[in-house]
Amino acid sequence: MDFKDTQQEAEFRTTCRAWLEENAQLKAGAGNDDRYGKADERDFLNSAKDWQKKKFDAGWAMLHWPKHYGGLEASAIERIIWGQEEAKFNVPRGVYEIGLGMAGPVMMQYASDQQKARYLPPMAAGEEIWCQLFSEPSAGSDVAGLRSKAVQDGDDWIINGQKVWTSGAHFCDYGIIVVRHDPNAEKHAGMTFFFVDMKSPGIDIKPIKQITGGSSFNEVYFNDVRIPDSQRLGAIGDGWRVAITTLMNERLAVGDANGADAKEAFEWAQGQDDHGQPLIKNSAVRESIADWYCQASGLKNTKLRTMSALSKGDTPGPEASITKVVSANKLQAIGNFGIDSLDMAGMLKTDDADVHSFHDAWLGSAGLRIAGGTDEILRNIIAERVLGLPQDPRADKGLAFKDIPSGN
Amino acid sequence: MNLDFSDDQKFLQSEARKFLEKEQSIQKSRSVLDTKRQYDKDLWAKVLEMGWTGIRIPELYEGLGLGHLELCVIAEELGRSLAPVPFSSSVYLFTEAIIKFANEKIKHEILPKLVSGECVGTLAITEDLFAPTEGNIKVNVENNQITGTKIAVPDASVATHALVICKSKAGIDLRLVDLINNNCEVHDQDTIDNSRGHSLIEFSNANSQLVGETGDGWALLQNILNQAAVLFSFEQIGGAQATLDMASEYAKQRFAFGRAIGSYQAIKHKLADMYIGLTLAKSNTYYAAWALLNDSTELEVAAATARVSSTEAFQFCSKENIQTHGGNGFTWEYDCHLFYRRSKLLSLNIGSLAAWKEKLVSGLERSNLNS
Repeated sequence: MDFKDTQQEAEFRTTCRAWLEENAQLKAGAGNDDRYGKADERDFLNSAKDWQKKKFDAGWAMLHWPKHYGGLEASAIERIIWGQEEAKFNVPRGVYEIGLGMAGPVMMQYASDQQKARYLPPMAAGEEIWCQLFSEPSAGSDVAGLRSKAVQDGDDWIINGQKVWTSGAHFCDYGIIVVRHDPNAEKHAGMTFFFVDMKSPGIDIKPIKQITGGSSFNEVYFNDVRIPDSQRLGAIGDGWRVAITTLMNERLAVGDANGADAKEAFEWAQGQDDHGQPLIKNSAVRESIADWYCQASGLKNTKLRTMSALSKGDTPGPEASITKVVSANKLQAIGNFGIDSLDMAGMLKTDDADVHSFHDAWLGSAGLRIAGGTDEILRNIIAERVLGLPQDPRADKGLAFKDIPSGN
Repeated sequence: MNLDFSDDQKFLQSEARKFLEKEQSIQKSRSVLDTKRQYDKDLWAKVLEMGWTGIRIPELYEGLGLGHLELCVIAEELGRSLAPVPFSSSVYLFTEAIIKFANEKIKHEILPKLVSGECVGTLAITEDLFAPTEGNIKVNVENNQITGTKIAVPDASVATHALVICKSKAGIDLRLVDLINNNCEVHDQDTIDNSRGHSLIEFSNANSQLVGETGDGWALLQNILNQAAVLFSFEQIGGAQATLDMASEYAKQRFAFGRAIGSYQAIKHKLADMYIGLTLAKSNTYYAAWALLNDSTELEVAAATARVSSTEAFQFCSKENIQTHGGNGFTWEYDCHLFYRRSKLLSLNIGSLAAWKEKLVSGLERSNLNS
């Protein structure tokens, strides 16, 4: 056991580090992560585009991709090393995670060579931003319950329906979309997968105001939108299989909840007053901090185990599946603790960066427990895929999609 | 980056698992519980034959001279199989302390006998029905002679030697006592988990030898407990994994309302939570193993983190395993209670969960001040 890089890994880390030092600023502290959703959107997008282009020109943007699409053909462990080093720098993050994390792999796997050559390099360079159009008003955890319609018309498909929770749709150039081409087929068999130009006529995008006050999600309406059949990914009726591949990638893309953690709670408790004593002297607070510290280091050490497997060239175990469910709940608890520690004044929005981060954590975590798989769905996945428990008996099995009860 | 055991260590672990399964360790544990006979002689003799008590003892003293990681993988298997043997007290608490703190004379005298099994050791700390502290230890030493009563001492009925925490003129001492023919009376005590023996020891002017410096006993004890916490954490994650496996198997086979109970989300989510707790604990325990192996300055916090998360994981998994088994889980016949008992015993034996959470946070305060 050791935490050292192999010689090859160490050399790679040095290369990453040297380039980052030349091209970005190290973070001053834990709290100044420049993330999408926080800053003024236009400025933020521009700075994110600049940074992505810079990375692309040097090969870092999608470093595991083949060289002819702009990558470095880097290994999984090298990708992690790059991520660790980049995270130490104050660079714009969050704009490209879904496009590169979900649309990228699906295009790589299912698009034609000609399409890959056309779309992948500008995607990696950040010149074209991609979004994901799966969820619908009546299809959340049950994504396969989606009902947006696709009807074939010559070489085109005509799409009608509504998508929802589409991150960044309002500034995206392309999207990946799964729709129902056959409501008479069994639920999972009647879907087909495409990519779509977000500037197509008939697409109407409306922002959703979230409980944080921000609007990073949208409703996306499709009214007789035409998609050429050449933009179909996978066979007709294969949409669910393609979507599942993408959702597997989403869980890796969403991952950890950013924000106040055990360390921040501990430091805050050292400085905050509690009836004339430092809050850290309060035994209830000490117990909570111990619990959060155990969770935080448990996640950190779980990642190290995953990395260890990758470093040896092994396939990691299922242990990383716990990350989001643990970190989103921890974030909610820590946000709540920070606010409560201010007593009556906890209700006030202030300029204090720590207080602000507790408010952010408390509000934002409520969304994180849902995004990319709810706590409940993730527990089902752990139970079924890791522990091998049987699936729930389903009321929709074997029925034509149109005959499945929908409650409305 | 390598937070994992080597292939050799994994092989040792799988051999240990096969051995303990073949020896029917869990059934033997049940039999010790039923008869209150403190430990299983036959299994202990075989463990000695395997050489496990000498894993960490240097070759100079006739041991195997291996590292802590080999001991960690054995500990996980002993925990998984509830092995009813005086291994943890004699190895994690006693042998480790002798290797680290005893003088050469004691080492030469005792270590080879710990390998052969001629000596079995333990550690005597508690005296009252509340937590021991540096200020409330009453067992006294004067002119090298110890007097007073210790309770809940693990494996004292089979132990030949004990390290005893006692009060001296200089403060607290750690002292080595030969328990045979030395004015020590041992009385077995009834516990919540009689599959492991615990006793009261009455010392009446028992001869003793100082280990370490006089007055340093409390600090040495903390060091011993921090190291042992890592090894006990491996027993705990072994036990937690065993109960999660039992619960998963049962949930697949047991039907209610026409379907396997494991298809109900109420059961799935319970079992997923068991997996989550166990995974966090396991990762923290691996990290603590690294800190132990390297005698890192992070050991105090890493050991407390491992201890807290694996105590919680094993207690949670063992109680929800009973719940998953329904009424069957409450019977003496099913094995669920054996793990429930063991999880409680292991949550107490080197200090309570609350005490370790406090150690964790005060450790963070110290490392924060130093950084």
